[in-house]
Amino acid sequence: MTKGFLAKNPSILIFLAALAAFTLLVTLGSEALGLSFISTSMVKTLGKILCLCLVALAMDLVWGYAGILSLGHMAFFAVGGYMIGMWLMYARTEEIVIAALAQSPLPATPEEIRQGIATQIFGVVGASDFPPIWAFAHSLPLQLILALAVPGLLALVFGWLAFRSRVTGVYLSILTQAMTLALSLYLFQNDSGLRGNNGLSGLQNIPGIGEPSQAAVSLWLFWASALALACGYVLLAWLVSGKLGSVIRAIRDDEQRVRFLGYSVESYKLFLFTLTAILAALAGVLYYPQAGIINPAELAPIASIYLAVWVAIGGRGRLYGAVIGAALVTLLSSWFTGGRVPDIPLGFATLKWVDWWLVLLGFGFVAVTLFAPQGVGGLVDKLQGLRNPDRKGAPLGPDDGSLQEKEAVE
Amino acid sequence: MSALLEVSGVSVTFDGFRAINNLSFSIGAAELRAIIGPNGAGKTTFMDIVTGKTRPDTGTVRFGERPISLLALSEAQIARAGVGRKFQRPTVFEDQSVADNLTMALKAARGPFKVLFWKETAADRARVAALAAEVGLADQLTRKSGELSHGQKQWLEIGMLLAQEPRLLLVDEPAAGMTLAEREHTTALLVEMAKTRAVVVVEHDMEFVRRLNCKVTVLHEGAVLAEGSLDHVTKNPQVIEVYLGR
Repeated sequence: MTKGFLAKNPSILIFLAALAAFTLLVTLGSEALGLSFISTSMVKTLGKILCLCLVALAMDLVWGYAGILSLGHMAFFAVGGYMIGMWLMYARTEEIVIAALAQSPLPATPEEIRQGIATQIFGVVGASDFPPIWAFAHSLPLQLILALAVPGLLALVFGWLAFRSRVTGVYLSILTQAMTLALSLYLFQNDSGLRGNNGLSGLQNIPGIGEPSQAAVSLWLFWASALALACGYVLLAWLVSGKLGSVIRAIRDDEQRVRFLGYSVESYKLFLFTLTAILAALAGVLYYPQAGIINPAELAPIASIYLAVWVAIGGRGRLYGAVIGAALVTLLSSWFTGGRVPDIPLGFATLKWVDWWLVLLGFGFVAVTLFAPQGVGGLVDKLQGLRNPDRKGAPLGPDDGSLQEKEAVE
Repeated sequence: MSALLEVSGVSVTFDGFRAINNLSFSIGAAELRAIIGPNGAGKTTFMDIVTGKTRPDTGTVRFGERPISLLALSEAQIARAGVGRKFQRPTVFEDQSVADNLTMALKAARGPFKVLFWKETAADRARVAALAAEVGLADQLTRKSGELSHGQKQWLEIGMLLAQEPRLLLVDEPAAGMTLAEREHTTALLVEMAKTRAVVVVEHDMEFVRRLNCKVTVLHEGAVLAEGSLDHVTKNPQVIEVYLGR
């Protein structure tokens, strides 16, 4: 029983080795460093998938382990993206404005530069002043802190209100979805200060580092995403392997009983909700420079529902399951919607995968729910020969002792 | 003897139905007490009130030497103050091993950050092993508790209660679903526990109550109908009418 942390969790080493091998493969195949058999846009897609795997990990912790079906984690992800996007856009526009003003006979004052940036950024929504929320956009460290702190605080306040009132189950899901929708609708407004439905764009250009090629930038961001995923995985694996993991799984199974053991269920939920919101925001910070653009549609409730679908397909309550689910579904999704899958002529109609992929995903989700509730990760159990004893039916309760329904009939 | 738990004048109404009606009850620091009563007499509601699950409309619930009011505390705070509860159906965390269940219940800091950085010491392991041995699960430590038989789950839950080191134990039908030998073991354990702490046992089974050999409180329609030794209360004509004589 005194085995080390890694010895008790062999999946960590397997996961890290697989991730390292994958990173090495992509690095060697990239256009920036290697043999150029993976295009830059593919590197970006893969890097984005790693970020999505990280959000899926967060979702697995909060849903798979603690039983809180949050439909708001993609909102935290997108808010993190918006926060880093503000700096990227500000700093990039600043470079352009300074270059443009350098031609004028008089050196530009800071006020002129600031005005120039504001006009550039907000001209599209008919404004020319910085809204107050852009106060820190000039500073990368401050904006990075905000990128994690704003979603964290949002989750803390929202979670405090919801958990304190003991909102659970489907009601909590609806509440989180309402929060996501409200946030998304707010951001769609032009006067929200974040350019309405235009969102923030041009994020793929990293300011302040000269003019490296997109191939190089995409590879750096890919590495950063891989590193974040690795750290996130180890952190969460450590977190769920100890007594805290025990307590949160107990909360999922019977929260009232956990209260009578003396644990304040609400503070645990709040802790997890906030922690995973911050992790999701971190994933968003790495995702959007690779995506290049963010707009309010990114935090529509459907995004968070997809997140839940990935985790369900991959297998709840196991960290590698979440990663497998997110990677598998997003890879398939980009394959099917990329237009590279041949259409199937059916005579009376043509099956276009771009349109029908969602239907296929829906069937896949239903099939997993019905036939493999453990998800794809459950296959690992099969390989290891683990199987829950099939005792046929629910326990009968006190009077018939340890017999289960079916056993008692005979 | 000063009382450890003092419930006085408590009433609670659910949708117009008076589940507890001006109930008063007290128990000493090291006492065994059985509560009996017909279905709907308010036994479970009484436990809910003491453990903070249900808030009474009126009345006071005081606990400890320097009495604190339990009414202002949450369930978790009451549990930390030293009130343990065992449910009628065994509620253990079936997905986790026997050792994990016991470790979770072990008396220790309960805050999320303290728990996150908690490290199991040799003393903790020894304590878990000793508790498992005490409830006859010494060789089941690594099994998932969902695989245990009904009786074993009851035992595990009693072990978890012991691990919490409560000063007051509320036990709901501990012997339900147990074999005769298991019942005897349970009786011995309850009597032993009551030497150092207060134990309240809610039970239907008269034979079991007789074996406990302790003071009995009879509840009826949310109030105390009679109190005393089992022989004393079973002679009470009112008790016979509402409960025993049916």
